[in-house]
Amino acid sequence: MNLDFSEEQEMLRTTTRDFLTKECPKTLVRELEEDEKGYSPDLWKEMAELGWMGLVLPEEYDGMGMGFMDLIILLEEMGRNILPGPFFCTVILGSLPILEAGSEEQKKELLPKISAGELILTLALTEPSARYDATGVATRAVAQDDGFVINGTKLFVENAHIADYIICVTRTKEGASPEDGITLFLVDAKSPGIRCEVMPTMGADKLCEVVFADVKVPKKNMLGELDKGWPVVQRNMEQAAIAKCAEMIGGAQAALDMTLAYAKERVQYGRPIGSFQVIQHYCANMWISVETGKNILYQAAWKVGEGLPATKEVAVAKGYINEAYKFVSERGVQCHGAIGTTRDHDIGLYYRRAKAAELAFGDTDFQRELVAQQIGL
Amino acid sequence: MHFQFTPNEEAFRKEVRYYLEREIPKRWRELGFGLWEETDESWAITRDWNRKLGEKGWLAVAWPKEYGGQERPVMEQVVFNEEMTYQGAPTGVETMMTIGWVCPTIMIYGTEEQKQEYLRKAAKGEIVFCIGYSEPGAGSDLASLTTRAVADGDDYVINGQKIFTTMAHRADYCWLAARTDPDAPKHQGISMFIVPMNTPGVTVRPLTNILGFHSFNEVFFDDVRIPKENLVGEKNRGWYQLAIALNFERSGVAAPAGAKRMLEELVEYVKETRRNGEVLAKDPLVRHKLADLAVEIEVCRMLCYRIAGMQSKGLIPIHEASMGMLFGSELMRHLTTAGMQILGLHGLLNRGSKWAPLSGAIMRGHLASLSLGVGGGTSEIQRNIIATRGLGLPREPRV
Ligand SMILES: Cc1cc2nc3c(=O)[nH]c(=O)nc-3n(C[C@H](O)[C@H](O)[C@H](O)COP(=O)(O)OP(=O)(O)OC[C@H]3O[C@@H](n4cnc5c(N)ncnc54)[C@H](O)[C@@H]3O)c2cc1C
Repeated sequence: MNLDFSEEQEMLRTTTRDFLTKECPKTLVRELEEDEKGYSPDLWKEMAELGWMGLVLPEEYDGMGMGFMDLIILLEEMGRNILPGPFFCTVILGSLPILEAGSEEQKKELLPKISAGELILTLALTEPSARYDATGVATRAVAQDDGFVINGTKLFVENAHIADYIICVTRTKEGASPEDGITLFLVDAKSPGIRCEVMPTMGADKLCEVVFADVKVPKKNMLGELDKGWPVVQRNMEQAAIAKCAEMIGGAQAALDMTLAYAKERVQYGRPIGSFQVIQHYCANMWISVETGKNILYQAAWKVGEGLPATKEVAVAKGYINEAYKFVSERGVQCHGAIGTTRDHDIGLYYRRAKAAELAFGDTDFQRELVAQQIGL
Repeated sequence: MHFQFTPNEEAFRKEVRYYLEREIPKRWRELGFGLWEETDESWAITRDWNRKLGEKGWLAVAWPKEYGGQERPVMEQVVFNEEMTYQGAPTGVETMMTIGWVCPTIMIYGTEEQKQEYLRKAAKGEIVFCIGYSEPGAGSDLASLTTRAVADGDDYVINGQKIFTTMAHRADYCWLAARTDPDAPKHQGISMFIVPMNTPGVTVRPLTNILGFHSFNEVFFDDVRIPKENLVGEKNRGWYQLAIALNFERSGVAAPAGAKRMLEELVEYVKETRRNGEVLAKDPLVRHKLADLAVEIEVCRMLCYRIAGMQSKGLIPIHEASMGMLFGSELMRHLTTAGMQILGLHGLLNRGSKWAPLSGAIMRGHLASLSLGVGGGTSEIQRNIIATRGLGLPREPRV
């Protein structure tokens, strides 16, 4: 066993952190919460120049050919800095399914543009039932002429309002099981019949409602095979859950660091509040959560990266890290006192993000159920 | 023992409920504003509401009649507060601070002129106070405050800064704690003042709360001159007066009453919402979460009654009050956390989305609940009080 990152990976972490600290200060993060687009095109371009969007894409598609673990490092740093924008949905929810299920033609057309930062993608899976399983997919795609026609409502679609393509998960057949009869389509986001609206959320994180009303998609835009799309979604959901965990751990680490610094600096009753035992115990518990969370994250991420079965590991990690991030950010606010409950301080940003991340790609109850199944229940 | 409200108390409850059901403005219901949500519109509504209650003598039901109250016993005040919160009446925190905190202190320590001037107007809903205690360097350790008030002829001249001053941008007066003797030990050099907010030299700068609303502020005092009559109580005895004032806030029956309402709304929601082809109300996980909350609400309510019971007998609850406040604030966190778990992704949505369950009230309540364990004395400080004053454990060194 080797539980350490390589030197190159440590370097990637440092350069990523330095870049984000400089280019994405919290003032920008706050501005973007209010911003209609929710991302900075300039910063996006710079990220593309650094090769981030194509980090795990093969070189033949202008990618960097690096591994999933490298992407995890990047995401951890993004979570640490609360980078707003469409990186997650373009890279994790967009490029990975294309890489896995796309035709050579689709890959050649889309992946180099993703690497270059020219395309924003997203995935439309969840519906008003808010489920991450196949049963939740009611949006229909019906064959017509030489294409398909999509009808249905998708909710909580990340950044659909700025996306060029939406990977839409549809039902094309009532199969023997809910998983049978799912088909993915690469839908041009400008297609007639698409109505997109940003939903008001706690984190102002640009989750959208996307209504498909008689949206025509050419056959060549089918991603993967007809009726057999679910395994692609399922693998992507595992990738997404663990990628989200990386963001969350990065955020939890930042919240811990910030709290530690504050506990040392804030003086009440003539001494730093960090000298009160109750604050020390909070901080110790927060650190335990972050460290144990990292271990469980890296193990699951490694398995996902290697293409090994990781259903249980991912569910364990997401379930655990959901609670860890929530705990760390909540205690973080508490240790800051009233200033932590303002929008003028950063710690509250982490709290709101922790809440949104907890619910993305399966909340804790959902993960518990998966773990229960995995241990034979 | 008799664990039941008296016929008088029940009759009053019925009267209050009947009134609230008819009189709470429709627009207020539409807004659905909760804790720390504040706009020009909500302010206008709460102001009108207070005047209306004031006319009925209901804004300060427990106060003496001569100051505009109805001299009702503590338990009727409890019943009143319960109904107001449960029915979602348009009462802002400034009312609680003015009627529940500041004015009762003036009643104890103020001169007759001060009482005539401020109490009657407050009971009519004509004026509100904000509370200028916390400073950038003095939060939990309030006694270390540094805002100065220096006697000069017939005046005091005030210099310094306050922070987290809730509703300073709306208030008519600031109830201010300032240092009048910098050489005395820190608890013995503080005095209380009433400062009109329109006095030259008072500057209010907004802070944005975690919900994104402007509810609290920084307040700066630059050579602010107020007449000596605006000192309340004895000079340099402010700390001891202020400690009494803090105790008014702490019986907290509003917490379980508000929680009960929210729980009932959640119960309705799970009864009419289907997930996995089944109504949510049938899911054992959901049932247990809600049942746990119902237990906690009942426990909290009884605790609050106990505290009110002490006050009925003229006792001053100290660690009991800390317990009540702690329990209430944690109840709100537990309730909204469990609520968000039950609502799932939809729970992230705010008002303005047709997909937002209960118009986003649980999510906003969840954010608001973060500050309940901080404002008015943090949970850590409450536990310190329970441990040291209640249980007699030794204090941490130098605290
Ligand atoms: C929504 C809201 C409204 C408010 N409104 C007003 C208002 O109208 N007027 C006003 O004057 N103030 C107001 N406050 C301020 C409030 O009174 C203070 O926030 C509170 O007293 C705590 O002070 P602080 O925020 O500076 O935290 P600090 O005292 O700096 O505490 C930071 C952390 O250290 C912990 N800590 C501090 N001392 C100890 C100790 N001895 N032992 C263990 N732990 C300790 C605290 O519990 C906390 O976790 C408001 C606060 C909030 C959140």
